[in-house]
Amino acid sequence: MAVNLKQLTQNEDLLAGGHRACAGCTGANILRQIMLTAGKDTVMGGATGCMEVITTIFPYTAWKTSFIHSAFENCAATISGVETAFRSLKKHGELPVQREKMNFIAFGGDGGTYDIGLQSLSGAMERGHNMLYVCYDNEAYMNTGIQRSSATPLGAHTSTAPAGSVKQGKEQNRKDLTKILVAHNIPYVAQTTPYHWKDLATKVEKALAADGPAFLNILMPCTVGWHFDPAIGMELAKEAADNNFWPLFEVENGVYTINHKPKDPGPVAEWMKKQGRFKHLFKPGNEHLLEASQAYVDSEWKKLLKLEAMTAE
Amino acid sequence: MEQKLVALSGNEAVAYAFKQARPHVAAAFPITPQTEMMHKYAEFVANGESTTEMILVESEHSAMSAAIGSAAAGARTFTATSSAGFALMWEVVYIAASLRLPICMAMVNRALSGNINIHCDHSDSMGGRDAGWLHLFSENAQESYDNSIMAWRIAEHMDVRLPVMVNYDGFIISHTADALYMLPDDAAWKFIGKYNAAYTLLNPEKPITVGPLDLTDYYFEHKTSQMAAYEKAPAIIQQVSDEFADLTGRRYGFAEEYKLDDAEMVMVLLGSSAGTCKDVIDEYREKGVKVGLLKLRTFRPFPAAYLAKVLGGRKAVCVLDRSASFGGQGGPLFTETRSAMYGQQVPVHGYIYGLGGRDFDLRQAATVIENLKKVAAGGEIADINLLGVRL
Ligand SMILES: Cc1ncc(C[n+]2csc(CCOP(=O)(O)OP(=O)(O)O)c2C)c(N)n1
Repeated sequence: MAVNLKQLTQNEDLLAGGHRACAGCTGANILRQIMLTAGKDTVMGGATGCMEVITTIFPYTAWKTSFIHSAFENCAATISGVETAFRSLKKHGELPVQREKMNFIAFGGDGGTYDIGLQSLSGAMERGHNMLYVCYDNEAYMNTGIQRSSATPLGAHTSTAPAGSVKQGKEQNRKDLTKILVAHNIPYVAQTTPYHWKDLATKVEKALAADGPAFLNILMPCTVGWHFDPAIGMELAKEAADNNFWPLFEVENGVYTINHKPKDPGPVAEWMKKQGRFKHLFKPGNEHLLEASQAYVDSEWKKLLKLEAMTAE
Repeated sequence: MEQKLVALSGNEAVAYAFKQARPHVAAAFPITPQTEMMHKYAEFVANGESTTEMILVESEHSAMSAAIGSAAAGARTFTATSSAGFALMWEVVYIAASLRLPICMAMVNRALSGNINIHCDHSDSMGGRDAGWLHLFSENAQESYDNSIMAWRIAEHMDVRLPVMVNYDGFIISHTADALYMLPDDAAWKFIGKYNAAYTLLNPEKPITVGPLDLTDYYFEHKTSQMAAYEKAPAIIQQVSDEFADLTGRRYGFAEEYKLDDAEMVMVLLGSSAGTCKDVIDEYREKGVKVGLLKLRTFRPFPAAYLAKVLGGRKAVCVLDRSASFGGQGGPLFTETRSAMYGQQVPVHGYIYGLGGRDFDLRQAATVIENLKKVAAGGEIADINLLGVRL
């Protein structure tokens, strides 16, 4: 299943240009990369959020495959219905065109996935639909104006947990959704970023080949919400994997593999410094928050190493 | 047409009717009193009597969402719920109608919380009356079955393409064994026919986008075209009902008119209470009191012109609502009926009754007729009255 760049560049681009993503948005890039691998026999479903809003506005659509959006919290359930319809129509010999297999992909932001859509996602995964759910995790509700989510990291400034004279941004660590999905004992769960195109394409390919549900969590640096120069989104995606903030790993039938083990991760603060959302943490008196951020990353990384070792047998 | 006389609960009757439509997909979540209907259906599937794929979701919100995905993929799809389950779906109930997806839903009417109550009233479906579905009401198991057969034809008609909910009263209909005539499977299938989706997500050679962002420049036009479907729906409902009558001998329209021809006084209501009223009307008729009943079948689309015509010229009309509209001007059936009567010199008053399954009995029906007599004789009565409640 080796993915090669030449092949990918020859695949049809199924997300049309002219969509309305912000300059420097890495989310639209994620969608394009997914579609390059998934191909035409795919139905996409989007949860309400930036990626749904930028790819459709009546009478236009950027989607060259079929696409459905219904609401914010129900994308997994909606696609589970599409997938079931496919199985039923196939069984009854009533498909509009014959296909042995089609890809069913639901996507949502961290708000639509970690928070309001968690129940719908969990249900769809547990029921075993042949579908891939992709979370593009930009670590806040961006579409509605950068409100905190349970994926927002400690200390990040958002509109609903702002940095002020008394409070210093989000007061909790982010939750680990990927492991919650691992706990569903589905065939394939992985994390990646849009910078790691080969890793991403391979993971999409594996996820779509899995016999049953699959989940991908993809970090999506957001120029507006994270407050960085639109030119450096991909760099930030790369660095997040290099400093262990966002490890690249996959879990195949319960077995963990870390796909990228940085030799010298370096301090997470270097990465944070490039993002306006963490600016206040570099003021005197907030050193403890930088330390806490580092400690969280370190302890999560150690846990991941242990899980890899533990499931290797 | 030879039909089998059977004894079934309303839930069983509806499960049979839906099975006869051979749906591709069903998505549902349990809630009393709908549960038995889905149990029955699950048995059909488990025994190979039905090839429907069931999606046993983790909530009603997901039930309606999965139904939307399935219907948008071109599959004949149904769901079923009651009360809180419908309330939880509410957001997506609108979306199903806006996307013009002909989903059918068994709506086993039950009171909304709080306080939590499992018994019948109509507050659940009434909460979604403006969501864009067609609402058919039933008096008994026979009508629940018949509506559940006709629902597919109405929903899927190209002039309509809207979801339909078949309402039947929780416990009173859903859990009571009742005698009814059922169509043989092949006759039902011949009547309902195969579903041809106008659009499908499942044709990679003809991709479609469903549910795009729709703002100030188009949303209103889309809502206008949606509204136009409700204008066309009444004719289709009548056409399908007439065909059904030809097949079964059971005739349906927008309402059942019981002893209305010469009635000076008319009661208007929905659902199972009609049976009680008919008994009491019969008693009064024997005493020479000219009273009749209009049992509405289609609450959505609301047949305003029909009501204005049928109720016009009567001496007194009253409307019985099995749901309250807190802070409003009476129950939803009352406000719409009185509005339909605007400009006519017919006094219309209303009642709220039977909330949370409070029994609607013969005495209450008699009270209603006594009041109608007073109004017909020129007497006064409050706009909104309560029946069967301890004050
Ligand atoms: C039930 C419901 N609640 C709230 C909203 C408003 N809303 C739309 S998008 C959104 C945030 C989406 O955040 P996320 O899922 O992280 O995606 P992003 O905007 O970052 O792409 C919110 C709160 C909604 N559409 N529906």
